[in-house]
Amino acid sequence: MNTKQTAQLLKKQKKTILESWMKHQLADEALRDDLISNDDLRRQSEELLNGIITATEKGNFDNVYSSEYDLVNDVLNDISITRARQGFSPREVTMYVLSLKQAIIEVMIKEHKDQPELLFTEIQMTNKLLDNLSILTFETYLKGREEVILRQTDEINEISTPVIRVWDGILALPIIGTLDSQRTQIVMENLLQEIVNTGSNIAILDISGVPAVDSLVAQHLIKTVSATRLMGAECIISGIRAEIAQTIVHLGIDLSSIKTKASLASALQLAFTMLSLEVKKKNTGNIQNSRLIR
Amino acid sequence: MDRIPILKMGPFLLVTIQVDLYDRLALSLENDLINMVSKTGARGVLIDISAVNIVDSFMGRILGNIASMSRIMDAETVVVGMQPAVAITLVELGLTLQGVHTALNVEKGMDLLYDKSDLLTDEQNNQEDTEEPDDYND
Repeated sequence: MNTKQTAQLLKKQKKTILESWMKHQLADEALRDDLISNDDLRRQSEELLNGIITATEKGNFDNVYSSEYDLVNDVLNDISITRARQGFSPREVTMYVLSLKQAIIEVMIKEHKDQPELLFTEIQMTNKLLDNLSILTFETYLKGREEVILRQTDEINEISTPVIRVWDGILALPIIGTLDSQRTQIVMENLLQEIVNTGSNIAILDISGVPAVDSLVAQHLIKTVSATRLMGAECIISGIRAEIAQTIVHLGIDLSSIKTKASLASALQLAFTMLSLEVKKKNTGNIQNSRLIR
Repeated sequence: MDRIPILKMGPFLLVTIQVDLYDRLALSLENDLINMVSKTGARGVLIDISAVNIVDSFMGRILGNIASMSRIMDAETVVVGMQPAVAITLVELGLTLQGVHTALNVEKGMDLLYDKSDLLTDEQNNQEDTEEPDDYND
């Protein structure tokens, strides 16, 4: 049994394989012609097929991690990462490689119809090779998707922790989304740095955007409050919703050492009181004046 | 051996830590400071740690000790100018320095000390002086 013969068969029938492969891909209902044009698809497919033919030239159908397959791996990585970013589904990406298998096998059947034993070994080899390649594709596809998720997480972390100066000496920090250890760290660092920069006395942590508070989140909140206190500023937690208050009490978390308020407005009111500030309605007598004019 | 200077400012003691505290230095500071409180009868101690970048649990405990000892001797302790990184480290170590007052800077720390020890600042003294004649006029 000579694997080189098979490789030669592939080389000889390259055109037929490519045509048949393209036909399979175009016939597939899942083809995303909105995401990739037919010309691009053909170019990609040809590149990959050329790579596979060069790699198998010396009869290596088994080890896809050898240096002969470097080019194939590169092309596949490229394809699956771009497809992951473009939003192809896993099925579509895997089908791309698996439809090549079908095309190759069809050619082999046509060529060795009268030699069933040879045909059997060849199909087995092709199966193994393309299965390996599709695993590779899928791994890279997942990696690409994970990169997208990681980048989004980073972005969310960056944009979601603004420290607002609401008054001279009063900072507000609205927290939106779940608080995990990593985010608490960022929130805490931003807040403390801003306290140093502005010399503020009071920080209001508004948690009305936090969907749920469990013991871990409460722990993080307490940490932030303690750190603020160590810096010499006071911390008020506001925006505690009814269900959050219930969870906190049911979990037996002690927040008695922390000033808590139901709304940002009442927290601001408390902050004004602590700074001995007073907000009054301006007495302009506008209404009386307008009456007089009439 | 190095010593950290302890300055007397009116009824208060002022300590500015400019170097990284190693254990023996911290212990001698604790000792000197308490002796100084007892000698001068100070009503408050202000410790400025704005130049300190590194703390460990020992340093945190020393600060706590100084505060407790001073309170027994009727002096309040204020720690001022803690760096964000230091604050985060202390919280992660579980040392929240209960019983120690904190302030952002020396100025606010001084105000806090006057507040806590029921003493009037110079400004307030002056204000009262100036207000007195008005009272007589009435």
